[in-house]
Amino acid sequence: MAHDHDHADGGDHAPEHHHGSTDDPAHPHNAPLSDVQLRVKALESLLTERGLVDPAALDELIDTYETKVGPRNGARVVAKAWVDPEFKRRLLADATATLADLGYIGRQGEDMVVLENTPRVHNLVVCTLCSCYPWPVLGLPPVWYKSAPYRSRAVIDPRGVLREVGVDLPDDVEVRVWDSTAELRYLVLPERPPGTEGWSEDELAQLVTRDAMIGVAQVGAPGTSR
Amino acid sequence: MNGAHDLGGMHGFGPVVLEPDEPVFHAEWERRAFALTVAMGGWGQWNLDMSRHAREQMPPAEYLATSYYEHWLWGLEQLLERHGFLARAEVAERLREGAEPTRTAVPSRAGALRPADVPRLLRNRRAARLDDPVPPKFKAGDAVMARNINPTGHTRIPRYVRGRRGVVDRDHGVFVFPDTNAAGTGRKPQHVYSVAFPARELWGPDARANDAVYVDLWDDYLDPV
Repeated sequence: MAHDHDHADGGDHAPEHHHGSTDDPAHPHNAPLSDVQLRVKALESLLTERGLVDPAALDELIDTYETKVGPRNGARVVAKAWVDPEFKRRLLADATATLADLGYIGRQGEDMVVLENTPRVHNLVVCTLCSCYPWPVLGLPPVWYKSAPYRSRAVIDPRGVLREVGVDLPDDVEVRVWDSTAELRYLVLPERPPGTEGWSEDELAQLVTRDAMIGVAQVGAPGTSR
Repeated sequence: MNGAHDLGGMHGFGPVVLEPDEPVFHAEWERRAFALTVAMGGWGQWNLDMSRHAREQMPPAEYLATSYYEHWLWGLEQLLERHGFLARAEVAERLREGAEPTRTAVPSRAGALRPADVPRLLRNRRAARLDDPVPPKFKAGDAVMARNINPTGHTRIPRYVRGRRGVVDRDHGVFVFPDTNAAGTGRKPQHVYSVAFPARELWGPDARANDAVYVDLWDDYLDPV
C-alpha cells in the first residue's frame, strides 16, 4: 500500500513510465535530460519569466499532495465508520456533508458518494474516460488507476481484474463497477476484517489500504499481508 | 468525441500491475507538470471540461503511447496557446536555445497563484453542481436507454453504454453539462443520475448475470424506455 510521505527519490517506478524519464538511480540527475523534462522546464521558465506562475506556489501544490493529502485521510474515515454506526449511517446517506465535517473537502471531492462493501456486494471504482478520483480522501491516483489496462478492463472484466490483483470473489457476490463519468467521486467502504473486535479507530485505520478504498483489495484480517 | 481516451471495454492493454509502495510522483517533471496545470487553471480562463477536452485531442496513437502527466502537459500547452498565454512555438524556440533553460526571477503578476493561496484554491467548491431549479426527467427505478450519439466535441457518455438500457439508481441533482461547458457555449444545467447497466446488457450473454456497471449520465444522454 502507499504511504502518504513517500518520496520518489530512489523509489520504484511503474512500467508505464518508459517514455518520460523518472527518478531512477540507474539514470542519475547529471544524465542528459529527456525531451519531456526539457519541455516542462522550458514551460515553467517561460511562464515564470512572464509572471504567470510563482514557482513557490508550485512547490506548495506539490507538497500538499506529497505530504498532506493522501489515503490516510480515507483510512481514518473507514475506521470511524467501522466503530461508529451513526457516523456510518450519515456517511452512506450524505457523504459530502459528513466528510466535510471532518475537513475532507475541496478539489476533486466536491460531491462524494460512499459505497459499502458487504458479503453480498463488492463495489469497484474506475474512470474509463480519464482519471477521476476522490483527491481529498485518497490523494492523487496511482499510475495503474490512470492507465489503459485498468480503465479498459474494469468495466468489461471486473472479476478478471480482481483475480489478477488477488481478490477472488465467490460467484454469488454481486459486482458493481462505478464509472466516474461525472463530478461525483466515489469512496469504497470495505468490510471490517474479522479478529478486530475491540480495536481502536487508530489501530483499525492502520489496516485500511488505498486499494481497498478503490475496491481492488479487501482489508485483510490482522496478521495477513493483504 | 470518439477518441482514444474512451477506453472502457477495450482489449489488449495487458494486465493491471499494482506498484507496491508507489510514490505520488515518479519524476520531478511530473511534479512540475501537475503543479503548472493546477496553477495555470487558477487564472480561470478555462474550466475542467475544457481541460479534459484538450487532453482528449491528443492524437490517438500518441495518447496511447504516453503517460498520464504527458497527457496533462499536452493539454496544458494547447490551453496556454488557445488563451493567449504562451504559443507552443515559443516553447519549441526555448528548447532550441539551450538544454537547460535558465529561470529569471520576475515578481509574479497580480492574479498569479501565491503559496498562501494554495489551501484556499484547493478547498474551494467549484462550479460543477448548480442550484438551478431544473426538474428531473427521471427518478430512481426508471428504465432508461443511453442515447446512441456520437458528438465530435467533448462528451462524457462512454461509447460502451450508447444504445444500452439501464435503470436509474439515484438522482445526484443538477450539474453543469460537459458537452456545452467544454465548448464554452453554456452550462445547460440538468440532472445527473447513476444508471445501472446489467453486465449482460453491455457485454452479452457471457457476462455474469449478477454484475452491473453504474455510469453517471446527464438528462441529455438519456431517453425513457
